[in-house]
Amino acid sequence: MNYKQIILSLLVLTAISCKEQNKYLYRIEGRQISINDSLQSNTEIEAFIKPFREHIEKDLDSVLAFAVDTYSKSDGYLNTAIGNFMADAVYEQANPVFKSRTGKDIDLVILNHGGIRSIISKGNITSRTAFQLMPFENSLVVVALKRSQIDSLINFLVQNKTAHPISKLKLSVDENFNIVSATIKGNILDTNKTYYVATNDYLFNGGNNMTFFKPNEGLYNLDYKIRNVLIDYFKKVDTINPVIDDRFIQIK
Amino acid sequence: MNRRDFVQQASIGTALISLGGIGLSSFTSSTASKKITILHTNDVHSHIDPFGPEDGRNANKGGIARRASLIESIRQENPNTLLLDAGDIFQGTPYFNYYGGELEFKLMSMLKYDAATIGNHDFDNGISGLYAQLPHAKFDFLSANYDFSNTDLNTHVKPYKIFEKDHIKIGVFGIGIELKGLVDPFLYKETKYLNPIEITQDMTRILKQEEQCDLIICLSHLGYQYKNETNKISDLTLATATKDIDLIIGGHTHTFLRKPTIVKNFEDKNMLVNQVGCYGINLGKIDFYFDSEKNKTANGTSIIV
Repeated sequence: MNYKQIILSLLVLTAISCKEQNKYLYRIEGRQISINDSLQSNTEIEAFIKPFREHIEKDLDSVLAFAVDTYSKSDGYLNTAIGNFMADAVYEQANPVFKSRTGKDIDLVILNHGGIRSIISKGNITSRTAFQLMPFENSLVVVALKRSQIDSLINFLVQNKTAHPISKLKLSVDENFNIVSATIKGNILDTNKTYYVATNDYLFNGGNNMTFFKPNEGLYNLDYKIRNVLIDYFKKVDTINPVIDDRFIQIK
Repeated sequence: MNRRDFVQQASIGTALISLGGIGLSSFTSSTASKKITILHTNDVHSHIDPFGPEDGRNANKGGIARRASLIESIRQENPNTLLLDAGDIFQGTPYFNYYGGELEFKLMSMLKYDAATIGNHDFDNGISGLYAQLPHAKFDFLSANYDFSNTDLNTHVKPYKIFEKDHIKIGVFGIGIELKGLVDPFLYKETKYLNPIEITQDMTRILKQEEQCDLIICLSHLGYQYKNETNKISDLTLATATKDIDLIIGGHTHTFLRKPTIVKNFEDKNMLVNQVGCYGINLGKIDFYFDSEKNKTANGTSIIV
């Protein structure tokens, strides 16, 4: 093979090789494979997860407080012990945060009855209890509202006839659901005052048809998850013993 | 292709390699037929542990450690494998509530995920919550129709990525669902949602014409189908309105399909839409076979599902 022949054969090979691009899609096969106990677990992955799992299990089951009784959102008419507990816990935990940031106090708290996702059982309260009560990631916000919007909030509660959790707002209605009295922190409503209402981001955005948060005079995002409010509150107190009280009642 | 054809082609390929071995091995690096395997999950929702034996619906199913073994064995069989996720990695078990997605991303990195798109629940701890976990992910987040330029995620999410496996160029792009009304605006902040069809048309033009990809995959969190909301864009409507996509890997609707759906695209060509339910209960596996001879594709690509 002389020099020219080598070059020629290289060129031919180049031509053949470059053509051989293998790029024509001619067949597709699709299926799905079930992940089940017939597959062996990868031990490295399993070992990596283990300390995380153990920490969570231990933490979820650690006792934070004690419940004197079993509390359910279905026990009560216009206010419930469990709802009162949640709204009061929100006030107690949120107000110092809000005050330190703004110098102002929260005037009232409103949550939604549907947002109480489980009961609190008599006996030990753990982090798991807080996860069951509030499985969602919703956070606290404080909304500045004019008197007219507070009226809408109160009208919503009256027309809804539901025990939405409230704190610092006291409301009584007659047998026809006409408002008999409405006070905030013991005072009658002031036409010129701006009220600071704590709620969660879901309700602020119109969840549960609570449309009275808009328009508003300002919004403060506390970056404080409702679940963490509950956990922090449980850690702070030894025992919870909430009751159905007179914060929203019908006078017959 | 039957086994005999395959063996014959394989030996031709081998012959070419040995000839090329004289000095041009760079051009002849492969056998006659190439296989690209695409593995995929969607809506795993922090389901790291398998469901327990007592679970009412999914007893003993799922589990990332099992998924890892399966993926490992598939990769051993075919190293030219991509592993993709179609979003909603976050939210569903206390692992997310406690660690904010750190464990999910670390484990997906250990499983060598290549890319994921962003689902609506991946915003559950806000843009900042997702951003904070990004250092734990050794894979790329792809989204072409979320404009993050006024958020922390700016430059951290790419519209598409091109992977090369065995000289096959695979273009993968991400498409997300409209966030308004689905996710709290506090969480997604100034993320702008762009029209999925228009963006997909841009993506396929870039990936097919400019980048000359051999395979185009859309990682979508749009949802498989909306029977009662015909105006709402889904994977099936996206598939029929666009061209040049070979596979849409879907999520969001937690749709369990008996098998991948064959859909006719805008050019009346067959392509696949797939989704594998949720919670890591299933792994999708789509194999693409390429050949050097065009005559095999004369009658169109055969799809076996």
